Amino acid sequence: MPKCKYDWPEAGDRKLIGQRISRVDGPEKTSGKAKYTYDVNLPGMLYAKILGSPYAHAKITTLDTSAAESLPGVKAVRKIQDVGAEIQWAGDEIVAVAAESEDIARDALEKIKIEFDPLPFFVNEEDLSRAGDHAKAAGTEKSGDPERAFSDPDAVISEGYYGIATITHCCLEAHGSVAEWTAPDTLKTYFSTQNVSGIPGEVGEALRQAGVDVKNNNIETICQYIGGGFGSKFSADRWGVENARLAKLANKPVKLLLERDIDLIVAGARPSSYAKVKVAAKKDGTIVAWQSESWGTGGPAGTTMPPLPYVLTGIPNKITRHTSVATNTGPARAWRAPNHPQAAVLTMCALEDLAAKLNMDPLEFFNKNADLAGERGKVYREELQKAAELIEWQKNWHPRGHQTPGVMKRGLGISMHTWGGRGHNSNCEVNIHTDGSVELNLGSQDLGTGTRTVIKIVAAETLGLPLEAIKLNLGDTKYPQSGASGGSTTVGGVSASTRRGCVDALDQLFAAVSPSLGVPADQLIARDGKIQAKEDASKSLTWKQACAKLGVKSIQVTGKNPGPCTLGSSGVGGVQMADVSVDTETGIVKINKMVCAQDCGLIIDLKTAESQCYGALIMGITYALFEQKIMDDVTGRMLNPDMEFYKLAGIGDVGELVVHMMTGPGYDERGTIGLGEPPVISPGAAISNAVANAIGVRVPTLPITPEKVLSALEKGEIS
Amino acid sequence: MRRKRQKPKEIEAKRENFSRRDFLKGAGVAVSSGLLVTEAPAAPGPPRPEAVAGPERVAITLKVNGRPHKVNLEPRVTLLDALRDYLDITGAKKVCDRGVCGACTVILDGKPVYACNVLAIQAEGHEIVTVEGLSHGGQLHPVMAAFIEHDAQQCGFCTPGFVVACKAFLDKHPNPTMDEVEAGLGGNLCRCGTYAGMRPAVLAAAKSMKGGNANA
Repeated sequence: MPKCKYDWPEAGDRKLIGQRISRVDGPEKTSGKAKYTYDVNLPGMLYAKILGSPYAHAKITTLDTSAAESLPGVKAVRKIQDVGAEIQWAGDEIVAVAAESEDIARDALEKIKIEFDPLPFFVNEEDLSRAGDHAKAAGTEKSGDPERAFSDPDAVISEGYYGIATITHCCLEAHGSVAEWTAPDTLKTYFSTQNVSGIPGEVGEALRQAGVDVKNNNIETICQYIGGGFGSKFSADRWGVENARLAKLANKPVKLLLERDIDLIVAGARPSSYAKVKVAAKKDGTIVAWQSESWGTGGPAGTTMPPLPYVLTGIPNKITRHTSVATNTGPARAWRAPNHPQAAVLTMCALEDLAAKLNMDPLEFFNKNADLAGERGKVYREELQKAAELIEWQKNWHPRGHQTPGVMKRGLGISMHTWGGRGHNSNCEVNIHTDGSVELNLGSQDLGTGTRTVIKIVAAETLGLPLEAIKLNLGDTKYPQSGASGGSTTVGGVSASTRRGCVDALDQLFAAVSPSLGVPADQLIARDGKIQAKEDASKSLTWKQACAKLGVKSIQVTGKNPGPCTLGSSGVGGVQMADVSVDTETGIVKINKMVCAQDCGLIIDLKTAESQCYGALIMGITYALFEQKIMDDVTGRMLNPDMEFYKLAGIGDVGELVVHMMTGPGYDERGTIGLGEPPVISPGAAISNAVANAIGVRVPTLPITPEKVLSALEKGEIS
Repeated sequence: MRRKRQKPKEIEAKRENFSRRDFLKGAGVAVSSGLLVTEAPAAPGPPRPEAVAGPERVAITLKVNGRPHKVNLEPRVTLLDALRDYLDITGAKKVCDRGVCGACTVILDGKPVYACNVLAIQAEGHEIVTVEGLSHGGQLHPVMAAFIEHDAQQCGFCTPGFVVACKAFLDKHPNPTMDEVEAGLGGNLCRCGTYAGMRPAVLAAAKSMKGGNANA
């Protein structure tokens, strides 16, 4: 097959792609020079704070902001919701205040007189029998003949209850923005956002609906650095729009970043998921049937069913039923790999319990059933083998029920996952200037995944230049639109638009230098900072000399994704294994080691790709052991809206971590595929399975707290 | 711990003879005895002038990274807010704002502190070093270089706090073991999960700081 002109270079020709390259914005970040939205300080800037509802469900009966308005230093007060409004969750925004200092803004909130008529609320959904009208049937799906499969006398059946609690995003940089009207109809907004190009449209629409005359074109959004998003920062949000209105009202720039408690309560939520699962296999371990009755909440809107059964979708006989539970809690937001970590827990834990019932080694069991994953069966088998090798499965695994002697029990567990990750729409404007400088412009953003680094690598590789020769501008709507960074779509989008743009720009440069080199343009290549004849290296110009041939006119082209030639694809696997020790006296789970074997097609930067996996393992350990948005049945409020009691893992909590990226033949030719989501899916299930293997009983729900471990041990002994 | 319930009148009577300073002095004993209010000793003598500042703004000078900065602020303003909101020194980040996450770590007279847990007026007369004070003229501190090499950062929001905490830790523990590193940096939190790179980065930084780097 003839090579398509934009295709990635062959393995032997790659100088930078696939190497371990340090992130290009490392010096700015480590030295404190990187300016995040929270760090933007403008002359005369005010500070805004928000009054949230203390009630989970209530009507506002009186609201008087006059005392707040007359407080010296207060410059603008906005009622976001007024008398008569029905609040649906505690923390919901009611009033925003802008003042000369953070402390004055906080004082002003205390001066607001507000009364409510409290209404009945419901905040805890794990016990479905209490949900009443809040629970709604959300669909049944059936294929094959599950009833018959389960009633087969030869079937080995395992039944269990599994679940995973609601967690919050806890981005270290709170949600928010800085807004400045630089002219009566021109708004400049600094946003902590995963979606630079999308903000002006959303803010503009909301402002126009509120009677503020502004065109989308007159709204600039800037985000050079973002302190974490994880799926929670796609929208401008109501507070983002309100901040622009406060700035308009005060006629001054305003900074509104949510306070930590409000951020944890309203600006982050990954839906919970619980299920009663029944699975059946033949005596040889072949899985034949799945039945699940699942439920969960994502706040007032309830939830949709996670993809069940997960990964092994080819199970021939299946029935799934889902119940959506509406609660008076902050609405759900996308959290890395929406619905997949939940699906992994519900599926992989049920399947490991089935393997235990079959007296089968789960490694053998998952290997045997890998083809139920469809075309990726081979990938899973390779990853199972690699992960098993790295965690020394054969040496360290023991059958369930054969516990380590003593108080500390050690165990191993497995999980598998999948994700799409096709590149999003992206435009990359490539400028090659007559002085030889190269400048790329994209309205994209770097969440800390390494987007800047990846773009520079692709450009430098394509143009035959060193990384430092590429100037890159992003994080501003003055550059061409690029997609939101979510769902692992960024690397595929920006690498393809950059590649296409650079190839096209190079074509123009080749045409310009072809006459003076006496070589046809299609016989020229860019390599090692030179433009040279493919067959005769002596016919060459330095990059600078070549660009000088452009005369007075720089090259400017825009590369796009999607576009010609296949530079990326969709669909990855991934296997993780956990090695844990459980203290049966205290219930504390300690991570000894976690292993991640992950494919993601062609890897542009191995170093930042591995970092995605290490980070995902750590985030996974955190939600497996520590994280839960704890809601109070009595007050309807979140009980742990601070970082002391909403726990994140520290450096000493994570054990040894091993990441193996699947690369080379069979992987590279798939082109680029995103990596942000996949590795964060499996840790919860792998750790839960390791704990079950260690102590011989299942701790049904995540997070696996000491209390739950002790309770499971107690129940296990009774039965 | 159980506390005796008191009638409001009794509490009121005790309050009159109660100063915050003495409360802090007596707190260690009082808390362990479980009689917090009743056992706090009465304040002796006339009020000391240095004990009262504000609530209106006061003029103070903060010495940050070797440079004095004059600033007018209310006594309740934290060192973190003073740095960020009043001096535009934003390397120290505001995250938990209550002394848990370490993103605001600065060095005060050689010791790492959470800037959100120190009042600006308390920091007057002390040497404050922020992350901005660790690199000079584009020359990165060895801790920064090691963090970059080992990719001990993703979004980077916790990174300045970790860099400062790490520098202060290595000043005290030039030859740390991994266990010491984990204990020494246990007061900082990262959400992206950069600890895997951080562990080797700290050891590499220790090595390069001993190597006599000018900035160490």
